[in-house]
Amino acid sequence: MDFQLSREHQLLATTLKDFAENEVRPLARETDEKEAFPVSTVEKMARFGMMGIPFPKDFGGAGGDNLGYIMAVEALSKVCGTTGVILSAHTSLCAAPIYEFGTDEQKRRFLPDLAAGRKIGAFGLTEPNAGTDAAGQQTAAVLSGDKYILTGSKIFITNAGYADVYIVFAMTDRSKGTRGISAFIVEKGMPGFSIGKKEEKMGIRGSSTCELIFENVEVPVTNLLGREGGGFGLAMKTLDGGRIGIGAQALGLAQGAIDETVKYVKERKQFGKTIGSFQNTQFQLADMQARTDAARLLVYRAACLKDAKQPYSTEAAMAKLFASETAMAVTTMAVQLHGGYGYTREYPVERMMRDAKITEIYEGTSEVQKMVISAAVLK
Amino acid sequence: MKIIVCIKQVPDTTEVKINPTTGTLIREGVPSIINPDDKSGLEAALVLKEQQGAHVTVLSMGPPQADLALREALAMGADQAILLSDRAFGGADTWATSSTLAAAIRKLEWDLIICGRQAIDGDTAQVGPQIAEHLQVPHVSYVSELQVGEKAIEVKRKFEDGWQRLRVQFPCLITTLKDMNQARYMSMAGIYSAYKQEVKIWGLADIDVDQANIGLKGSPTRVKASYTKGTRSAGKVYEVDPRDGARIIVESLKEKFII
Repeated sequence: MDFQLSREHQLLATTLKDFAENEVRPLARETDEKEAFPVSTVEKMARFGMMGIPFPKDFGGAGGDNLGYIMAVEALSKVCGTTGVILSAHTSLCAAPIYEFGTDEQKRRFLPDLAAGRKIGAFGLTEPNAGTDAAGQQTAAVLSGDKYILTGSKIFITNAGYADVYIVFAMTDRSKGTRGISAFIVEKGMPGFSIGKKEEKMGIRGSSTCELIFENVEVPVTNLLGREGGGFGLAMKTLDGGRIGIGAQALGLAQGAIDETVKYVKERKQFGKTIGSFQNTQFQLADMQARTDAARLLVYRAACLKDAKQPYSTEAAMAKLFASETAMAVTTMAVQLHGGYGYTREYPVERMMRDAKITEIYEGTSEVQKMVISAAVLK
Repeated sequence: MKIIVCIKQVPDTTEVKINPTTGTLIREGVPSIINPDDKSGLEAALVLKEQQGAHVTVLSMGPPQADLALREALAMGADQAILLSDRAFGGADTWATSSTLAAAIRKLEWDLIICGRQAIDGDTAQVGPQIAEHLQVPHVSYVSELQVGEKAIEVKRKFEDGWQRLRVQFPCLITTLKDMNQARYMSMAGIYSAYKQEVKIWGLADIDVDQANIGLKGSPTRVKASYTKGTRSAGKVYEVDPRDGARIIVESLKEKFII
């Protein structure tokens, strides 16, 4: 067992840190306050090769791995949770399933643009009545000649509106339950496909979260991802990967909050001393860092398992569960250590605390992660 | 067009420690970076690679750890990397360094050599111009802009109080200023291939150089003493609002004729 990052990953860590500090941090507050999707940052990320880290160079990727990719999500999230989730949803939920389940033709058609960041990806599974119970899909796809006709809607879709390529799930045979769900690659601009209401959120406010509306959208059969009826399994496997990304986002938020708190407690004086010299502060920070490091090991392990092409579903669920709960706890402690200032927008920890909450909810709530983990434990 | 960019790995801090006996820097434990002026020179070369298909070789002299700076240069987009590393080269001053680098450059094909103006650890600004003298080619220092023509390069040479616009014929050497551009980040793809590429390591046996001109023994410079610059007097603390604070700072800088 080797806990050292490889030389490549060390190089990656330095450059990701520089990028996050110079390009992302200065915009984080405005991104949150104005609910502004950071278009220019995403363009810079694309130029830098960040939108296709784990995909082979043949498909326009960086020829890297999942560990490198989640290190990028972590580095971005340390300074801006919004930017972190944009990358995570794009990579894990759209480009990855095309790479893992797509035909050669689909990979050639979609991956180079996604990996180069010329196009942004999204994923549409959740519906008003099908959240954790993903099998309750109402969106339907009916085969008609060489096209499927898609009707229905999706909600809470990350990157919606800014994305060009959407992995969308729909019932192709309602009588078969989960075995009647199929996955489709839906493209922006397809007639009948529109973006609905944009959500106003507590956190990750710069990320675009909207409804997707399908009114008799004609999707060519060549855009069926995986086999007909294979959509549910494809969604679950995709979410396994996505959970590592969200775990990394949570990890970044936790570490970011610690870094901010360390700076603050070294400067802030009360009773004639810096508050960092009080044992309560020291012990809180010790807990925060120990928990965050534990989360990092879980998240990195899950990514390394995926890279080694070994089963990682349970490990990804543990990573996501632990990292997201750590992010929530650590950001809350960070606000507490900042006192009244922590509750103001002058310091970024309140934003981090708001951003952290969603990591316990999306891509499988903490409760879903516990279902996945306990099923493996009791097997 | 073939470009050689000379880069130096330097400690990323002003808090460098100095060996009291030799007067040279202790590099262990201090994070290392590519010297900022050199990095901008590399950026300028990489722009020429994109625009005109220039071939970019990065060359560095240093201990084996300087490999990291060369990997970073490869990850930014350089085509080839060479590390001059040998115990015999150690402890070199600017004369010995430029002799060694020039000997390595003689083995290569090139039209243009780019060096950073000066290193943040030594601050001499001598190595670039010395290399040009060893190679008997023209050089222009303090370059802040450049445009490459077929047989010559047009540069803007920047001084504190003005600038010159000069045309220099190839082959030539320029030294660049860090402010001339914003060096790119290493690309993700570049990082993943940086360790798959070769960094050639050249030692004493690989270059043709007079041993009297290399290493500590070939260095005419003798460091008598080194010290960390201390503060001259205790600072003054003003508890005022930012507007008054700015006024006080400007006034005191004027008093000292700094601005």
